[in-house]
Amino acid sequence: MTLRQLLLLTAGVGLLAAAALTPLIGSGYAMSMAINLLMFTALATAWALFSGPTGYISLATVAFFGIGAYTVAVVGEALPWGLVLALAAGLGFLVALVVGLSTLRLRGVYFVIFTFGLAELIRQLVTWYEANHAGSVGRFVFLDISQAQIVWQLTAVTAVVFLLGALLQRSRLGLTLRMIGDDETVALHCGANTTAAKLLAFSLSAALMALVGAIVAPRWTYLDPTIAFNPVVSFQVLIMALLGGAGRLYGPLLGVIPLVLLFEYLSAHFPNHFSILLGVTFLAIVYLVPNGVAGLAERYLGRPRPSQPAAAAPAQPKEGTS
Amino acid sequence: MTRAPILTVDGLSKRFGGLVAVDGLSFSVYPGEIVGLLGPNGSGKTTTMHLISGALKPSAGSIRLGGDEIAGQPPYRIARLGIARTFQLVRVLGSMTCLENVQAGLAFGPGALAGKAAAQRAHALLERVGMHPLADRPAGELTYLDQTRLELARALAVRPRLLLLDEWLAGLNPSELVEGIALLRALREDGITMVLVEHVMDAIRSLCDRCVVMNAGRKIADAQPEAALSDPEVVRAYLGDDDA
Repeated sequence: MTLRQLLLLTAGVGLLAAAALTPLIGSGYAMSMAINLLMFTALATAWALFSGPTGYISLATVAFFGIGAYTVAVVGEALPWGLVLALAAGLGFLVALVVGLSTLRLRGVYFVIFTFGLAELIRQLVTWYEANHAGSVGRFVFLDISQAQIVWQLTAVTAVVFLLGALLQRSRLGLTLRMIGDDETVALHCGANTTAAKLLAFSLSAALMALVGAIVAPRWTYLDPTIAFNPVVSFQVLIMALLGGAGRLYGPLLGVIPLVLLFEYLSAHFPNHFSILLGVTFLAIVYLVPNGVAGLAERYLGRPRPSQPAAAAPAQPKEGTS
Repeated sequence: MTRAPILTVDGLSKRFGGLVAVDGLSFSVYPGEIVGLLGPNGSGKTTTMHLISGALKPSAGSIRLGGDEIAGQPPYRIARLGIARTFQLVRVLGSMTCLENVQAGLAFGPGALAGKAAAQRAHALLERVGMHPLADRPAGELTYLDQTRLELARALAVRPRLLLLDEWLAGLNPSELVEGIALLRALREDGITMVLVEHVMDAIRSLCDRCVVMNAGRKIADAQPEAALSDPEVVRAYLGDDDA
């Protein structure tokens, strides 16, 4: 393990420990901030597991998040909590698998639009079902789960997301996803089953998002489709991951912290102009930090392998004139 | 040659709507051979390469690699069976280093390598194409010439029984051309069978054992290079009736 990896690991464990300790030392407001930070960290990092290396920009985050939340609303009281969480993650995985089979053939802007449409479609379907078959559009969520328990569960899920991300980067699946992001045709002709790799990563990421949705659902005592499937969440997660830098595992975190604080400030002080200011933030980020904070940091602090290009440099003149 | 062919193309056709790009093409490639696939622009050479590598699905006909029918199979499966290719317009994995590009070719199929073994093998392959000093450079920063060499190293990493090179020698200056031809000849010594689409006549004459010449999707000649290039129908296809 290099010094750099050790530093990152220590920082990560430290942050998670701090988050887990909030309920013991902090106020209710601090806990609510911790929940927001952990929720968006887990969502944005899970998003970047698939969309970061492949460049398939998904706006379906809230579809899976909402599926998780709705699982709790429907069966939360009937089943043991562990089973509810497993069911939420499983449903997220399955829906992503089915959707992925049809949509992962799409590239670029078509994929973005489809995923956005998917989230809306699921929201409308749930609304239709609830209105016509369940009798009422909203549901109450009365579960004996405290804020502190939500914080701890989210801390655990965030740790799992980072662990999976680290494993993924070292695996052949991780390599395949990066190859897809660079050139899918080349990946195919190297022998990579790109469809299977995309499906697996997309579904895995979706399962984690659903899990997060299920964990935070007890926060709302009342849930309806406009809350659970609020499209703003998808955009927030996207912009956080892009601001931080989706190419690094720790990248999204660097976007989550400033933006959660900013959104908190905006929604407290400018509740009526929140959407406009959100849009301006999006534009500013895409325009000013296209490679994300992680990209900026590495440009100014040096890349992880600074010595090797220099070592290769003496051979350059010969290569150029050959 | 009496050995069994490594590649057998039989009655291969590809239609794009009303356009027949490849029309009932049949030819065989034997182990250790370098076969040139020639023809005027638009005669269906690159389409044929796409059909063999699986990038396109044939409308009709069969393609056999050894005993396996591969027509219509997905490209990743064909790659794993032992057909590697380069692209007419060079394609590298731009954000990855040269070493990682070659490791990408090593990572899949039977005999796949990972970790230290893959890094070692990738270094050896980069050395083979003369790119060893650039191993840690991002591939996107390379010159065109280096990218073509990197593509070849990546194709070799796929452990091909049959290598498809689509105008791999295009754009080289005379001294680079000599180097390139020597490299391909050395690869044949290693037992790699090749099909090349090529316009560089020097390369065709000095490398190819046999040439398959296409025109308007059909095969019009299949012979040794000199014989194929002086075939009246081939001359007519390239230059028109008056010169035949």
